[in-house]
Amino acid sequence: MFALDILQAALFAAALILLTPPLGLYMALVLEGRWRFLAPVETAIYRLCGIRELREMSWRQYTGALIAFNVIGLAVLLAILMGQGFLPLNPQNLPGMKFFLALNTAISFVTNTNWQAYSGEAALSYFSQMAGLTVQNFVSPAVGVAVMLGLIRGFVRRTGTTVGNLWADLVRSVLYILLPLAILFAIVLAGQGVVQNLSGYVTATTVEGAQQAIPMGPAASQIAIKQLGTNGGGFFGVNSAHPFENPTPLTNFLELLAIFLIPASLTYTFGIMVGDRRQGWALFGAMFILFLAGFTASWWAESQPNPITHVPINMEGKEQRFGVMNSVLWSTVTTDASNGSVNSMHDSLSPMAGMVAMLNIKLGEVIYGGVGAGMYGMLMYVLLTVFIAGLMVGRTPEYLGKKIEAREVRLAVIALFVPSGLILVAAAIASSIPAGLSSLANAGPHGLSEILYAFASALGNNGSAFAGLTVDTPFYNLMLGAGMLVGRFIVIIPALMIAGSMVRKTAAPPSPGTFPTNTPLFAVLLVSVILIVSALFFLPALTLGPISEHMVMLQGRTF
Amino acid sequence: MKSILTDYLVALRAIVVFTVLTGLAYPLAMTGLAQALFPQAANGSLIGPAAQPAGSALIAQKFTAPKYFWPRPSASDFGAVPSGASNQGFTSAKLAAAVEERRAALGSNAPSDLLYASGSGLDPHISPEAAEYQVARVAEARQLPPELVRHLVAAATEGPQFGFLGQARVNVLLLNRSLDALK
Repeated sequence: MFALDILQAALFAAALILLTPPLGLYMALVLEGRWRFLAPVETAIYRLCGIRELREMSWRQYTGALIAFNVIGLAVLLAILMGQGFLPLNPQNLPGMKFFLALNTAISFVTNTNWQAYSGEAALSYFSQMAGLTVQNFVSPAVGVAVMLGLIRGFVRRTGTTVGNLWADLVRSVLYILLPLAILFAIVLAGQGVVQNLSGYVTATTVEGAQQAIPMGPAASQIAIKQLGTNGGGFFGVNSAHPFENPTPLTNFLELLAIFLIPASLTYTFGIMVGDRRQGWALFGAMFILFLAGFTASWWAESQPNPITHVPINMEGKEQRFGVMNSVLWSTVTTDASNGSVNSMHDSLSPMAGMVAMLNIKLGEVIYGGVGAGMYGMLMYVLLTVFIAGLMVGRTPEYLGKKIEAREVRLAVIALFVPSGLILVAAAIASSIPAGLSSLANAGPHGLSEILYAFASALGNNGSAFAGLTVDTPFYNLMLGAGMLVGRFIVIIPALMIAGSMVRKTAAPPSPGTFPTNTPLFAVLLVSVILIVSALFFLPALTLGPISEHMVMLQGRTF
Repeated sequence: MKSILTDYLVALRAIVVFTVLTGLAYPLAMTGLAQALFPQAANGSLIGPAAQPAGSALIAQKFTAPKYFWPRPSASDFGAVPSGASNQGFTSAKLAAAVEERRAALGSNAPSDLLYASGSGLDPHISPEAAEYQVARVAEARQLPPELVRHLVAAATEGPQFGFLGQARVNVLLLNRSLDALK
């Protein structure tokens, strides 16, 4: 058993490392328009949308267009969700979503969070799933890629003051990367048993003579992009634990790989764009160290029997076809990347494995992270790290040949620490008022963990949950909705402002005092900065939540 | 001002184009392909007559009679709309009580997967140990030799996929149908 578990984990890591260079190279070619094999379709989309794809944008124009795209996307999705009762492809005749829930859901999918305060099979029509959610499943990771491209151009462009064309970046991300991969993946999923149809729900007469409603729908097409785009929103309520979303160990392996595939490969894309592949591998390495540490810790913790129930294997909230190792590999991967889909219930994880999942999110979703978002988030940490390294050696910090000055460091600090601070403030509010506490499913320290996890998930744009918490209430729908919006744009806007200020700087050749950022040493320094900073921020809260829970569990106390 | 307005007009047109491409053309094309290539899998792996299905091979059903193998506990009581889990943590008194109740019903040595509820509430599988644990009861209720029941269990057991992915498992619904098919 143990040998097979090790083999599966090793295969996962090997597949990730092997696929990163080819996909990373491919993405570098298509994103910068150097390989346009779908040029007729691409051009047709530009003409239909009125896009002048060659027009270069300043960071302000780029950001403005991005905000316009998200505002319109949000409005359209909100209208579809609330109006689904009047729209087609609704065989179960489901009514429109109520306003607070629809607003929360629309924000959730536009910001690539995919937090779900509803159960898909009970709340959404096929039209809402397809024309509403699937669309944002494609375009929200494209927005992440666009922001990343804007930021990288800020570093690598030697002349001019512009950072690219937002619309061309969005169209290319969808057309050349997300759509082809999703088509391939959806077919494989459907072949393994993920449902893909437009039929109404089937009523079966069970062997013992009861009636059982079996949900249907176009699930495979949505699940493919849900994983590839680090979205994570389930077609069904229990997400990838559902046998219709994740029916076999093979789908489980491929869905796991799909979560990390694009964010990991983007580190290689970055290396190509900056003209030094080792710069990309340094970031990949830092991310891999953090992933491996989290996975090992989770797996160890989850392998210890619960001393209260004395059940040997921790199968509560897990599926027999996956078992413990595949469940904690998933809980690590989905919180490292800002995916947030689950194949086991995180609320039922052991206190320490639950803490690792929570901490992964709180590090800022940079362990591969969201599509695009992981890279620009990690670059904020990189700026902080070269700043700290610069202080240590007493020189002006520089990165990729450009000087990092007070303005950039200030912006990076905003992007990194405002979300962290808000997680703690919001969790403090929710755990001190009845509207926050009445939603708890678990008492004792685990209750605080439920609240902390919810706000970390919203502000980190992850979307997974300690799902016992009842979140379809006006308080949580509004608080978490606001959290998702702030968490998304408090990083995007500073990142693009940094792009705008970096692009104007002149590059200097490296001097003997330059701290190299393409070495294993830098990767280790980067990991250290991430861990020290986040430990300072979150240790007190984690002590009150999961660490306390672990201690009282060892004493055999229940709540 | 004019450029901001232009942004919003382009955004609106882009959302419409992306909706047609990724929200309609893509899922409908995938539906067509899946229906042509894998009709059984894409339609829920239903079993029994098409007019009146007996369930899905992928979705657990409730079994309570002693003559049937029992599936893993389900927090949603095997309701599939919506699916659901217990979401109880390690220090939950409710979880401890549920485990004690199951031990009282199943015996103190019951395997872990029969004591703990599944993630989906619809887990179609139990472990081979959990099947073996129930063989004696099922054989007695049906007045069958245990070896025959074990033979059916073995036929309903899948090893790890391709020999190395996932865990060994027994499909409860398929196993119970094969028991009922004995004459």
